[in-house]
Amino acid sequence: MQAKVNLPDPSLITEELINKYPAKVAKKRRKSIVVNDPETTPEVQANVRTVPGIITQRGCSYAGCKGVVLGPTRDIVNIVHGPIGCSFYAWLTRRNQTRPETPEHENYITYCFSTDMQEEHVVFGGEKKLKVAIQEAYDLFHPKAIAIFSTCPVGLIGDDVHAASREMKAKFGDCNVFGFSCEGYRGVSQSAGHHIANNGVFKHMVGNNNEVKAGKFKLNLLGEYNIGGDAFEIERIFDKCGITLVASFSGNSTVGAIENAHTADLNVIMCHRSINYMGDMMETKYGIPWMKVNFVGAESTTKSLRKIAEYFGDEELKARVEEVIAEEMPAVKAIIDEIRPRTEGKTAMLFVGGSRAHHYQDLFTELGMTTIAAGYEFAHRDDYEGREVLPKIKIDADSKNIEELKVTADPDLYNPRKTEAELEELKAKGLEINGYEGMMKQMMKKTLVVDDVSHYESEKLIELYKPDIFCAGIKEKYVVQKMGVPLKQLHSYDYGGPYTGFKGAVNFYKDIDRMVNNPVWKMIKAPWEKAESESLEASYVAS
Amino acid sequence: MLLRHTTKEVKEREGLTINPAKTCQPIGAMYAALGVHGCLPHSHGSQGCCSYHRSTLTRHYKEPVMAATSSFTEGASVFGGQANLLAAIETIFSVYDPEVIAVHSTCLSETIGDDLQQITKKAKDDGKIPEGKYVIYASTPSFVGSHITGYANMVVGMAEQFAKSIGEKNDKVNVIAGWMEPSDMREIKSLASRLGVKIVLFPDTSDVLDAPQTGKHEFYPKGGTTIAELISAGDSKCSLAVGCISAEPAAVALDKKCKVPFETVDMPIGLSATDRFIMALSKAGGVKVPDEITAERGRLVDVMADMEQYFYGKKVALFGDPDQLMPLTEFLLDLGMIPAHIVSGTPGNRFEKRMREILERAPGANFRNGAQADMFLLHQWIKNEPVDLLIGNTYGKYIARDEDIPFVRFGFPILDRIGHSYFPNIGYSGSLRLVEKILGVLMDRQDQTALEERFELVM
Repeated sequence: MQAKVNLPDPSLITEELINKYPAKVAKKRRKSIVVNDPETTPEVQANVRTVPGIITQRGCSYAGCKGVVLGPTRDIVNIVHGPIGCSFYAWLTRRNQTRPETPEHENYITYCFSTDMQEEHVVFGGEKKLKVAIQEAYDLFHPKAIAIFSTCPVGLIGDDVHAASREMKAKFGDCNVFGFSCEGYRGVSQSAGHHIANNGVFKHMVGNNNEVKAGKFKLNLLGEYNIGGDAFEIERIFDKCGITLVASFSGNSTVGAIENAHTADLNVIMCHRSINYMGDMMETKYGIPWMKVNFVGAESTTKSLRKIAEYFGDEELKARVEEVIAEEMPAVKAIIDEIRPRTEGKTAMLFVGGSRAHHYQDLFTELGMTTIAAGYEFAHRDDYEGREVLPKIKIDADSKNIEELKVTADPDLYNPRKTEAELEELKAKGLEINGYEGMMKQMMKKTLVVDDVSHYESEKLIELYKPDIFCAGIKEKYVVQKMGVPLKQLHSYDYGGPYTGFKGAVNFYKDIDRMVNNPVWKMIKAPWEKAESESLEASYVAS
Repeated sequence: MLLRHTTKEVKEREGLTINPAKTCQPIGAMYAALGVHGCLPHSHGSQGCCSYHRSTLTRHYKEPVMAATSSFTEGASVFGGQANLLAAIETIFSVYDPEVIAVHSTCLSETIGDDLQQITKKAKDDGKIPEGKYVIYASTPSFVGSHITGYANMVVGMAEQFAKSIGEKNDKVNVIAGWMEPSDMREIKSLASRLGVKIVLFPDTSDVLDAPQTGKHEFYPKGGTTIAELISAGDSKCSLAVGCISAEPAAVALDKKCKVPFETVDMPIGLSATDRFIMALSKAGGVKVPDEITAERGRLVDVMADMEQYFYGKKVALFGDPDQLMPLTEFLLDLGMIPAHIVSGTPGNRFEKRMREILERAPGANFRNGAQADMFLLHQWIKNEPVDLLIGNTYGKYIARDEDIPFVRFGFPILDRIGHSYFPNIGYSGSLRLVEKILGVLMDRQDQTALEERFELVM
């Protein structure tokens, strides 16, 4: 597969991107910039330290743990132990929508809790204040669970958030209290925080309630955080198909659902990067296989639903899924037919997240657009090249610091949902069971793959490729738009969405059509500026 | 209800802050540094700090906010961040070529004891700072003060590390801006020019955080106080610090270093504070206030007089930052309104004392600043004594919706509206705009809730 659009010579571009760097930096960055070949999937350096000063998109471990994974669960009181900022910046900024069962049900997402650590606590320790804060949260709200998140100073001064949590949990008796050592300096990006969050949720929540609830086709949706209502759309489709969602990790989720997650018969994974640990650990402990799916894109949704039906192997479910697809697709097709003539042949770049830069390529493909360059902010090699490279990934000092839980089969609850033979059969049918093929196999030959792109590199890429749309986050939004190129935020969706499922695909098509064809991009020059350049041209021709 | 767990009963808390009315020092330092021309702010800490600050400032301004980070890992946290900062300085000068890098510390680098003065000196000694370029620094641990003191500390850094005295005073007046919007800094320059006073304004984020769309991203936009101006500030005849919390520390530093006498005034929000600002600036410049400005003042007073019935006796809850809250509270009193509940997360005795003085005109008002002076407490106070109007940053919209209170956005951050960075919030014109906004929400409320027979055409 080769790109239909004319691409500049990618090897020359690589040189352009790094030639301004100091030698050591250039040497390092070169390994993270790769010309794609979907057949051979060349190695991409990923999940390594960012060069100080280079201007990165990346955030920290705390952001990955509290902000991404734990933030969307509505009935946990999330207390951030540290100075005020960390909790403040993560307050409602990720757009995790949630829909409590009734107006009386718990929802703490609108609240921001912090121990507001002061200098005296840094000097004399903050554990005492933390315990007071936990007690006050308990007295005020009587929540089902309180989670504690460590920020940078906490690890350095040696506050033991785990001991404090255990003590308070024992004291209350009816409130689950647990801590996360997700100090911002751990790992090299948000990714470390995802892993730490997975470990904590697995240890402290999953498996707490063994009640097997009704439902013939029960699954968990992993790595879907309900930004802009994405999970609502997936829930709607599951409902329509007769698929029971036991728990979502963690969009629109509750403590109760997560505690019961191990009673499901399948884990489907959206964001592989942030949650694959959970899939693996539940597989080992409870015998629940996981499968990579993608509900971003109408075609991808269709494929994912068919895979789920195939997994359960039930003819009635398969038939129902086909009915749902037949019901939903005409509306999608009508919009695509109208929009596609306006988007066909245009180009996109995606530099975002740990899965989104892959998933959203499907939507662009549906619009007839080509992804000419893409990369992740905090992913690992397996997200680029596929999980088969896992054994080859060297564990460096930064990764070694993140705990790897030793998980074994539960003596009572381990129950393999499928035999090895059945799993092999499903894999042969193309189901990504306990596997993920990564981004690069889907990208065209000679496109560019750049991990942890720097500000400098992204400006250069835009200058050299002149894409019709650039996808990244809030920090990049107005920089790129100042260059006259529309930027679609794929963390916050520019406050729109949902973009999953059938309805979400339609939302996305419309948004992209609006953005790439917006008349404003042609209004940047004032009439007198235009007149000036035209008259110059005219006089040039005349002479 | 969005804030369904907020109880009416107020219980004293000692450990837990809920819905803070402040954030941390480094973001203020980053904002201040953007007000120097050709400056790249640098966050010496974990990547998350820089990412969060850039994101928040970007959401507030809808503009590029460029800044770099030392990208601490666990190793740096154990062995110190010197190597990271030195590497960052080298990379930044090679790739982004700023005139100056303004480094601020974070809770992480402060806890491990990194000394920015020593590290920047080493960078200079090692030849990592090109000739004619600068690296300045400010200590801004997140566990002290608030975003406001972080801003103040970076402005102190500018004064201390740039200003020089060649011994000959010139006829300029330094105007040291407290934390205000680019539109407000633009307004100060406009007022000074109309008064005929030559000023050096610093920092100055106008033409940086309100840059035009030109089809080209200017990494260093045309605005910002130039280094030459900052150096010359040491020879200005005097300084005017606009805001006793966020601007005065720099004026003190300048006086100490270069013997530039200073006066501190409130931020010119509302009639009385703008009067004092204009008097102080005209006195400092040795000029008379021109009729044009007197007429602008007159237009504000005219509206206050003509619309007094809509303000009188209305109760207001407000939250925000000290240099805004002091003159704003005074202005509400001048309008005949009743400030009922006020919180600010920024600690400080001077702020508290000054607020108590202003609030002598509003007996019974609730005021608290510092620890646990948060929006949860403010909301509880409102539940106990309802108000007619809420003024504060965007986070106030959750209270406003739950309690059904008309809401005017004012302060930082404003994440869901535009205008604050384009139209002045200070001076007579900014105050007129504020009056218009307050009247707008109060009158809209009257229009929405009036009985049909009492629905007014003329108001």
